[in-house]
Amino acid sequence: MMDNFSYSRPATLKEAANQLGKEHGKIAVIAGGTDLLGEMKDNLAAPERLVSIRHIADLQGVRASASGLRIGAATLLADIVENPMVQERTPLLAMAAGKVGTPQIRNMGTIGGNLCQRPRCWYYRNNFPCYKHGGNTCFSAAGENDFHAIFLGGPSYIVHPSDTAPALVALGATARISSGSRERTVPMDKFFVTPREDVRRENILLPNEVLTAIEVPTAPAGSKAVYVKEMVRETWDFALCSVAAMVTVKDGIVADARIVLGGVAPIPYRVAKAEAALMGKPLNEASAAAAGLAAVDGARPLAKNGYKVPLTQAVVKRALLSLA
Amino acid sequence: MKLSVSIQVNGRTYDREIEPRLLLVHFLRDSIALTGTKIGCDTSQCGACTVLLDDVAVKACTCLAAQADGCSVTTIEGLAPDGRLNALQEAFWTKHGLQCGFCTPGMIFAAQALLRVNGNPSPEQIRHALEGNLCRCTGYQNIVRSVQAAAAAGVR
Ligand code: FES
Ligand code: FES
Repeated sequence: MMDNFSYSRPATLKEAANQLGKEHGKIAVIAGGTDLLGEMKDNLAAPERLVSIRHIADLQGVRASASGLRIGAATLLADIVENPMVQERTPLLAMAAGKVGTPQIRNMGTIGGNLCQRPRCWYYRNNFPCYKHGGNTCFSAAGENDFHAIFLGGPSYIVHPSDTAPALVALGATARISSGSRERTVPMDKFFVTPREDVRRENILLPNEVLTAIEVPTAPAGSKAVYVKEMVRETWDFALCSVAAMVTVKDGIVADARIVLGGVAPIPYRVAKAEAALMGKPLNEASAAAAGLAAVDGARPLAKNGYKVPLTQAVVKRALLSLA
Repeated sequence: MKLSVSIQVNGRTYDREIEPRLLLVHFLRDSIALTGTKIGCDTSQCGACTVLLDDVAVKACTCLAAQADGCSVTTIEGLAPDGRLNALQEAFWTKHGLQCGFCTPGMIFAAQALLRVNGNPSPEQIRHALEGNLCRCTGYQNIVRSVQAAAAAGVR
């Protein structure tokens, strides 16, 4: 049973933000709660107060904006998957959101929650006193690191578990953040932080801030996109490795490529070298293979996750070939 | 601290004082004594606790009763109010879509969500739609047949 806590249901975003404190973890925002409640049941989080934002109208729904779409942070993942505007303008996001969890989880979980979810590392989830819990070690470094990072690891080797994050980075989306009195916007690739930048947290949100919306530019004209997710089993799991790829071919050659990996680094990991390997080439077996190889350049696997290197290489190649 | 909530379940409104930490599944089973909704894993894995919240299938073990305040919930009891099985339940019955029956309430809601959007699903599509539900008795073949039979009988 969870420790008790108080619960509020403020009517507006301003009111909600005003209730947040100066310290992480004491007062928590809850939208769908699909990650937070799991954490609370396992005693990984024990907030004194939950501030519910699920019902706040400003945080809901998909709207057309000048450059693309504005998606309220409390929009359900299922609504994003099915939204005709998302399917038409940013299909990569619809595909990625459709790979999250199971239907019931997509019916409860929100896009904001999917971006802000905590890591799945089994040491963290089993309450080992690691960096993420304020300790001074990462047990995976020399332990059971089968599912951990091959890029940007250290001092913690978690991987970012979100499916929508790589898609949004590939799409060049922007996060809107509010503290009630102050608004700021941050490009999606600056929203996430590596363990070197902040070992306790996975994103830049301050304790008194709420992620309110995601602005997603319409995918470039003529672009094609795909989200491929490899799991231990066929369904209902977090990614061993996922690839969000968006490629624009003009006059037979690649004019633009965005390739972002999930499940292999503590943040959604854009692989510029793989993109460069495609630019100016026709999209075919040879260029896709070259991009796959370039994607794993610099990978630093741990003792038990070496398989992720050829896996990532193959999945990048396969994702790209599916767009050819 | 207590919280007042008003939750409509199977068409009837329940006003209760609850602790904020009370899960929706415990509200249903303990506060209002509707035990058709099961708790298998308590961790969002098995789907035995699936109910409709404002008409979409969710896992009631990972939802606070407070989050359902002002919402309408449908439990398995709500599908057969006069004790007569509905057509989807009937299909599970005739095709032996259950052994112990523990997963069945959740399977029914997951299947219903599928049939609403796809009246003629392939076995593949059925398996995909039921990905959030586990059957401890592993009776998946008959569960898929049950959903196919329900579709053939016009369940939407
Ligand atoms: S009891 Fe809720 S998913 Fe298993
Ligand atoms: S019939 Fe027993 S768990 Fe499915």
